[in-house]
Amino acid sequence: MRKILILLAALGFAGSALAADIGLVKVAKGSVQIQRGTTKIPATVGTGLQQADVVVTGADGSAGITFTDNSLVSVGPNSVFAIDKYRFDTTTHAGEFEGNLKQGRLAAVSGKMVKQSPDSMKIRTPSAIMGVRGTEFVVQVDEPKKN
Amino acid sequence: MVRYLWVLAVAVIATGCACAPATTPALFVVVPAADGHIGRIVVTANGGEPRLIDTKYGAERVRADGRIETATLSESEVKATFGSTLEALPGRPMSYTLYFLEGKDELTPESRVELDKVFAELKHRPLPDVAVIGHTDTVGGLEYNDKLSRARAERMRDMLVELGIPPERIQAAGRGKRELLVPTEDNISEPRNRRVEINVR
Repeated sequence: MRKILILLAALGFAGSALAADIGLVKVAKGSVQIQRGTTKIPATVGTGLQQADVVVTGADGSAGITFTDNSLVSVGPNSVFAIDKYRFDTTTHAGEFEGNLKQGRLAAVSGKMVKQSPDSMKIRTPSAIMGVRGTEFVVQVDEPKKN
Repeated sequence: MVRYLWVLAVAVIATGCACAPATTPALFVVVPAADGHIGRIVVTANGGEPRLIDTKYGAERVRADGRIETATLSESEVKATFGSTLEALPGRPMSYTLYFLEGKDELTPESRVELDKVFAELKHRPLPDVAVIGHTDTVGGLEYNDKLSRARAERMRDMLVELGIPPERIQAAGRGKRELLVPTEDNISEPRNRRVEINVR
């Protein structure tokens, strides 16, 4: 059993192009990393994304991602964006997208799942939650001010 | 004891507004799409009432002191804050339909001109995902049309590969006469049904 788990983990790690991909990095400028569990993967054009991945950019970094439902997300400099939940059924277009902008900036264009059901995409920040009815929007989260 | 309470009260005033908890500032803005479409977002801050934002550059701002403000930003304000972020958005998904000569995997002269536009768009994309789906009209049997629709999709894929798109980024499939663009009876020659759809992401 344990061997199977290790094998599965190894496959998951090696297979950035396997079916589990929910999106693809299409634009990568400056420092962009994907945090997947405890590993950090430098992101380049073509890097596949999975549910629970966290996109982390440096001061000179930005990244653009295309998701399987055709939604687009870009992450600006000094940002931390976690993909908490993502699923999309290519046949029914039903799905769920919960992103979490912990810090920094993002821009997004909603895709097929929002067209199908307007409540399916949400972006959280530390102080608020946004439901996306479509289609294009931007979000910024500042560092909390110390009193 | 009273004196102690006084000290406490002064301490609360000195640390600032005690009416709202300190919070992480956030800003949400609706931006117009390339075609001018204005979207809608619903922002719920600090567990308060949800607010609908559905105007051009309409914004909801959560202040560090917990106050929530609704505002309208200018295009230049949005560009100043989000310029490099918006620039990093990947190209919008596009869809094209090209038409074929009857019974052949050869494009009509008009669609050959249209194909140049598809090529031009694809050149701008660093890593395009392309899905090509071939279709036929209802002239002929199911099997014949399945084969013809596949031939059309594969011909299109070959043309895209020639252009320099890596073959592994192109999916080609045929749907025969199953998905008519213009519904017709069987055995009807209909130019608009002899087509490929090209979906680019």
